[in-house]
Amino acid sequence: MQARFTRFIAALALAGLSGLSGLVQAQTLKVVMHSDIKVLDPLVSSQYIVRNHGHMVWDQLVAFDEKNEVRPQMASRWTVSPDKLVYTFVLRDGLEWHDGTPVTSEDCIASIKRFVQRDPSGLRLAPSIAGFDAVDAKTFRLKLKEPYALVLETLAKPSLSPMLIMPKRVAESPASEPIGPEKVIGSGPFIFKADEWKPGEKVVYVRNPKYKPRSEPPSGFAGGKVAMVERIEWLAIPDAQTAVSALTRGEVDMVEIVPTDLLPLVEKDKAISVLPFSSGQYFGRMNWAFPPFDNVKVRQAAMVALNQEQILKGVIGDPRYYKVCKSMYFCGSQLATDAGSAGFYQGDAKRAQQMLKDAGYDGTPVVIPYPTDLPTLAPLGPLAKQQLERAGFKVQLAPMDWQSMGPRLRKKEKAADGGWSFFMSFYDARDALDPIGRTVLNTNCKTSFLGWPCDDKFEFLRDAYARADTPEAKRDIARQVQERNTEVGVFVPLGEARFVGAMNRKLEYTFKAPITVFWGLKKS
Amino acid sequence: MLSFVLRRVLAVIPVLLIVAVLVFGLLRMVPGDPAAVIAGDAATNEQVRDIRERLGLEKPIPVQFAIWLGRLVQGDLGQSFFFKKPVADLIAQRFEPTLALGVCALVLAVSVAVPLGVLAAFRQGSWVDRLVMGLSVMGFSLPLFVLGYLLVYIFAVELEWLPVQGYARIAEGFWPFIERLILPSVALSVGYIALIARITRTSVLEVLNEDYIRTARAKGLTDREVLVRHALRNAAVPILTIIGIGLAVLIGGAVVTESVFAIPGLGRLTVEAVLSRDFPVIQALILLFSCGYLLVNLLIDIGYAFLDPRIRY
Amino acid sequence: MPSSTPESATEPLDRVPGLPSPPGTHAAPVSIWRRVLRNRAVMVGGLILMVMLLIALLAPWLGTVDPTEIDAASRNRKPGAEITLTGADGESREHTAWFGTDNLGRDLYSRVLYGTRVSLTVGFTVSVIAISIGLVIGLVAGFARRLDGPVMRLMDGLMAIPGILLAIALVAVWGGGLTTVILAIVVPDVPRVVRLVRSVVLSVREEPYVEAAISVGAPTIMLLMRHVLPNTLAPLIVQGTFLCASAMLSEAALSFLGMGIPPEIPSWGNIIAEGRSLFRIHPHNIFYPGLFLALTVLAVNVLGDGLRDTLDPKMSRRL
Repeated sequence: MQARFTRFIAALALAGLSGLSGLVQAQTLKVVMHSDIKVLDPLVSSQYIVRNHGHMVWDQLVAFDEKNEVRPQMASRWTVSPDKLVYTFVLRDGLEWHDGTPVTSEDCIASIKRFVQRDPSGLRLAPSIAGFDAVDAKTFRLKLKEPYALVLETLAKPSLSPMLIMPKRVAESPASEPIGPEKVIGSGPFIFKADEWKPGEKVVYVRNPKYKPRSEPPSGFAGGKVAMVERIEWLAIPDAQTAVSALTRGEVDMVEIVPTDLLPLVEKDKAISVLPFSSGQYFGRMNWAFPPFDNVKVRQAAMVALNQEQILKGVIGDPRYYKVCKSMYFCGSQLATDAGSAGFYQGDAKRAQQMLKDAGYDGTPVVIPYPTDLPTLAPLGPLAKQQLERAGFKVQLAPMDWQSMGPRLRKKEKAADGGWSFFMSFYDARDALDPIGRTVLNTNCKTSFLGWPCDDKFEFLRDAYARADTPEAKRDIARQVQERNTEVGVFVPLGEARFVGAMNRKLEYTFKAPITVFWGLKKS
Repeated sequence: MLSFVLRRVLAVIPVLLIVAVLVFGLLRMVPGDPAAVIAGDAATNEQVRDIRERLGLEKPIPVQFAIWLGRLVQGDLGQSFFFKKPVADLIAQRFEPTLALGVCALVLAVSVAVPLGVLAAFRQGSWVDRLVMGLSVMGFSLPLFVLGYLLVYIFAVELEWLPVQGYARIAEGFWPFIERLILPSVALSVGYIALIARITRTSVLEVLNEDYIRTARAKGLTDREVLVRHALRNAAVPILTIIGIGLAVLIGGAVVTESVFAIPGLGRLTVEAVLSRDFPVIQALILLFSCGYLLVNLLIDIGYAFLDPRIRY
Repeated sequence: MPSSTPESATEPLDRVPGLPSPPGTHAAPVSIWRRVLRNRAVMVGGLILMVMLLIALLAPWLGTVDPTEIDAASRNRKPGAEITLTGADGESREHTAWFGTDNLGRDLYSRVLYGTRVSLTVGFTVSVIAISIGLVIGLVAGFARRLDGPVMRLMDGLMAIPGILLAIALVAVWGGGLTTVILAIVVPDVPRVVRLVRSVVLSVREEPYVEAAISVGAPTIMLLMRHVLPNTLAPLIVQGTFLCASAMLSEAALSFLGMGIPPEIPSWGNIIAEGRSLFRIHPHNIFYPGLFLALTVLAVNVLGDGLRDTLDPKMSRRL
């Protein structure tokens, strides 16, 4: 009698649960991301949208939690040999690719090999690697020639480019070219539907029913990544105004980034909640290879002439969403410091004028290419121009579309022959935490690019940072790096901005999402 | 008649060839390098060169043209540099929205403009006539995107009668499909209406001033009979002409309209392809548009032959 | 847009825009111009255009400030707001922003007024260049029988490509900037002018008195000067005005798509383009330049109508 009752209750419970999950599964989320996706390979593209796409489809071996500590993700555990030369990783049970084949250690090895060919942090790790061993299907070893302090941090890298584990046959594609849609196969919480991908219109992901989230709650990029919606569509609506209108009318559920100027439209709407989605650091970069910025004193004058406050005000407007931060490292992070930046980035036109005179500036125009089609970057051009001109520089703006910026910046020529003198962009906060993760901080005279800075001392300090093994040592070196920066002008921090998104109140994040991820997000 | 049609069809081919050469040559002069854009910021120059090789950009230009033309004749439009999808797929995916938009705008334009023009002609000199003429001048003076935003503001944002943006495929339901097309079609058709209304008015006026119309009226035919039996038939030729010529206006306008209303059509695809230097897509699209334009005008030419036996050149 | 000109109706029929009158019956030039000036459309259109021209010339003295002067503290103000501009040397001055400010704090009134220069320049230059090039090519095609075929095929090819797409592609090739935008708009417009000129040449050649002159051995130049050119003048002037109007709209569309004149030079098109993302909150960014643009284009179109009615009545019957 009792057995039957229990079975009855069990059946009811099951029915209820499946009904509930049926409800959850019937959900579709329509999201307007900050840009459309053209390239599907997170290792080859440096665009944030591709990084976000990467985290949908692929998973990480190890990952950072919200306290910035490395936790196991696809790995169930790892061990480090006493001499710190061998790292052994053991994968969790039952991990599968979207096509049903199991994840093996060969896949992991191939993915790491591809990663270290291209990513700046990976490139830094590469020379220390002696080799790999696939002990069995679930276990593999990474062997080093000498100890390297940041192995785990490099393997847990979440952004630009994220260290993602791909199937061996995908990871063996050359790292010089992006993979195509048919190779977007991962083991992550969502599956990319290549047959429904309409470039320029929408990207479709569906929940991976075979994904096995970890049992811990989600934290940062680590923990259990539970997909709580069945289907997600990323819609491409290039006009921010139109996207916001679609949101207020319920035609879409979320707009990833709402320009600050348009926030008044959604702040008053009771059905919409506003979320800070990410923070970014604006920066400038001078071209050391050609006049006028081949002269270090001219570079310093520019850094004095630029005015962070004015730039931020011009681009963002609302002071709630920007912050003046003279540090190369994101303010509020472990390494942030004011060292070396007193008197800089304040728009001190008079002092800059004097510095220019002392440097013997001959009037060579500063050519600034900038993208007119990105509202987060477009105003920077005219703003920088005015500030530099007030200091006595001659400035020429070169407006172009975002796609053309890349090839233009790559041209190593005099500005008058199609090169450039100065450009500005921004990094997501997660990428602005240390001296080694950003490509623009590479000052190796032979391998640096996009500005071609060449400073042995700066590079020496970066190396020292990578080898430093205590937090205090790291902080000290980071401070020295920044002081050196204002002496030679590798990187011009132009302030921080918070990018805000808006979503329908029916949506709710169950944890503090590190970037725009779609696990842990439910729709009622 | 058949030989006339055949001759006209054959005359199109050299024009298409010229278009192909023009477009191809134009693109190869473009300073932006698609290989560099594909390779991404952190790529080395060798990696960029590798990609150029793979895309066939290192070969001499006439060779590239011959290869492309050869593939084209076999029906292969090539592969997009960026999306690694066949160009034909991309075009097929975006074809429906532009076609729907164009047809709606065309139908709307003709059904509004012709009656307006006729009305103005019959009531020449009256306030109706002046109103139509005045509105038509304003119609083709107003910039399309300003009009688009105005319509969105009034009808979608303030009155909330219609959706703000987007496109719903007809397979997803007729009403969502139509309601999203209303505002963009109206915006797009305004310039077209202005043009057609004017030509209609003038042509009908010309016919009305002919002697045989006076005779017809003297015989006692009503206005409506005059219109239907004589005026329209004889005025049809210039009206058809302007519909054909105006198609180029429509295509150009579609590019802007798709941008304002976030319609994922061929117009937007062209702009995106130009911005990313996606040569195969640009080539295929411009060729496609030119083809369409020539085809429509061809049909119109043939239509003339039916309407006006005198035209058989 | 290129090709929105009403007289394009005449091209595929290759009909003559206006039969030249036999010599001796030409109305005396003086009275034609008086008729022109007295036409109401010409007066209205011309007047508005005059005003715009004055604005363009006198912009610096009409209560404007430097249209490129950025002031981050004065962003997005409503029309009529009082703003304080901080100059290069740190001194501030008061200014009333009649039309409000844009998202970089630039005074919209100044930008719109200076924008008049760009639009009028683009319109006028495109028109003159297109007419000139088209005239030369059309004359060649009309007179040199052997070149006629290939030239016209080339023109057909150019016309088959929708104007704005061609312009976009050209701007992509040549880069942005005033000159390239002008040239990019000129190229798609040339074929239409060529057709017009060629049809005039062809019809003039068939006139009996011209045939007679040819058989007598009159030099081509004389034919050109005495018969062909005077008959092209009227339709070309009319077509020129419509080209001007459509060029202004094309420039605006190109700027709207992000492929027009760079924003340091304010043009109505790029003011609208920059302001579109704030349309619902600050519609004045679109409204004021849009109004000026529509008004100017309207004026040019109306002027063209009037010119056509008076200079070439036979052509007006077609339209």
